[in-house]
Amino acid sequence: MSTTEKPQFLLLFRNSQSGPDPTPEEMQQIFGKWMAWMKAMKAKGQYVGGDRLDDAGKVLRTSKAVTDGPYVEAKETVGGYIIVSADTLAQAADIAKGCPGFEYGTIVEVRPIEKLPPI
Amino acid sequence: MVDHLFRREAGRLVAILTRRFGPQHLHLAEDVVQDALGKAMQTWPFTGVPASPTAWILQTARNRALDQGRRSRLWEGKQAVLLPMVEDCLDSARRSQGPHFEDEISDSQLRMMFVCCHPGLAPDAQVALTLKVLCGFGEREIAAAFLSNEAAIAKRLTRARQFLRDARVTTDLPRTSELAPRVAAVQQALYLLFNEGYKATEGPTLLREDLCADAIRLGELLAAQPFASQPETRALLALMLFNAARLPTRTDDGGLILTLSRQDRSRWDQGKIRQGLANLAASGTGPTVSQYHLEAAIAACHALAPSDAETDWPRILGLYDDLLARDASPVVALNRAVALARVGGAGAGLRAIETMPGRDTLEGYHLLHAVTGHLWLEAGDRAKALKSLRRAHELAKLEVERDHLSRRIADALAKPLPANP
Repeated sequence: MSTTEKPQFLLLFRNSQSGPDPTPEEMQQIFGKWMAWMKAMKAKGQYVGGDRLDDAGKVLRTSKAVTDGPYVEAKETVGGYIIVSADTLAQAADIAKGCPGFEYGTIVEVRPIEKLPPI
Repeated sequence: MVDHLFRREAGRLVAILTRRFGPQHLHLAEDVVQDALGKAMQTWPFTGVPASPTAWILQTARNRALDQGRRSRLWEGKQAVLLPMVEDCLDSARRSQGPHFEDEISDSQLRMMFVCCHPGLAPDAQVALTLKVLCGFGEREIAAAFLSNEAAIAKRLTRARQFLRDARVTTDLPRTSELAPRVAAVQQALYLLFNEGYKATEGPTLLREDLCADAIRLGELLAAQPFASQPETRALLALMLFNAARLPTRTDDGGLILTLSRQDRSRWDQGKIRQGLANLAASGTGPTVSQYHLEAAIAACHALAPSDAETDWPRILGLYDDLLARDASPVVALNRAVALARVGGAGAGLRAIETMPGRDTLEGYHLLHAVTGHLWLEAGDRAKALKSLRRAHELAKLEVERDHLSRRIADALAKPLPANP
């Protein structure tokens, strides 16, 4: 990655399971908002990539202590991530403000993808 | 146009899975679909909607069932028997050509209509179950439509599922000997479902229009079956289509109720009216005239009238007379009185209301007083009109109805009365 490229940021979605399960019609609304947000980011050239993460997982605390992730029953799981391009961390955070997940308990963590000088 | 992909998929998947599992496992089918739809909601924003959403959801349901962590909770040891059925469904979704799989879904939905409308269930349970299972509505939404609370609906659904288990109800289509009452039960549930959506315009308007649209969709599914496409089914479908044609014009831009005489008839859905007429024509082939025939004929009179003034009120009055002869319900009698007033004047309408049997049972029904108030105003008695309209206002449960009545009261206060009625 060249240093002249626009900085990139990781948006990490932490979902907390709160409230009753959405009904199919409510899922439709939530899905529609996410699609609209994604589309808007793509239209502005901010969206670089992203994916959803499966609930399954392994957690390693040492090389010998491999446990199934506490994800399934956990109160908070990392549900997915996207990478956006923005000029500054503040701008990336502005992009994250559009996330439709807040009203359903999603927390978004915005982290710059660190770019070290070329070796 | 609002997209209902999730609700639609829920209705399709619960039907095909329950067809395989058997109605005793209805709740599992619902939970499996709910869980997989949740995944779809979280995944599709990243991937887009797959070409075959149904196959995708089935695949996800299968994967989730295999997942050790989930197995115990949702499947409770049933997965050895039931999981192959999910895989079979998935094969069917992938292997067979589109139309064939669509046929399987339609057939499953038809069978589920007979399960949900089993005569062993009370009508309100039949409607709630139809909404949940075939239309993909959640308990919250059903409660909103019934003006009930979520806990009461959940209880009603739990009991209904329990009945299906205890009575060992199957997804077999009814035998010839019991066909007539079973089809009649489905017709009645669709009629109630439609009216639930139609009768009020409170709150979530879209939800209510969805109820009407779903009742029509299921009615069409029923009418497409030679064994169920009786004249009554066609008449019911015609009735729903005529009324649905007027749905979008029943409120003004601010959401206030517009009565029939104030609606913009140019905005009535002519396509639905044509479909209604085709079904009404097809309903005339049998020897009997049902309640649906009479109500469809009344709705047709309104749908075909170029204006309120040109409505064929004598014919409508005659149809109400026939309806009343079949079903001596005070609500029908009240509607008849409205038609009578249009034919014989407000005084005749008021006398009919005064003397109608079962009038006291409608004492707490706001429309009795709203109609009476309207007729008194027409008859030129402002004081009596205001008394009735105010009583109607007190009794109306929905805000939108109270707003409507407030306007009628204001009209009554402002209206110059005829000199000597």
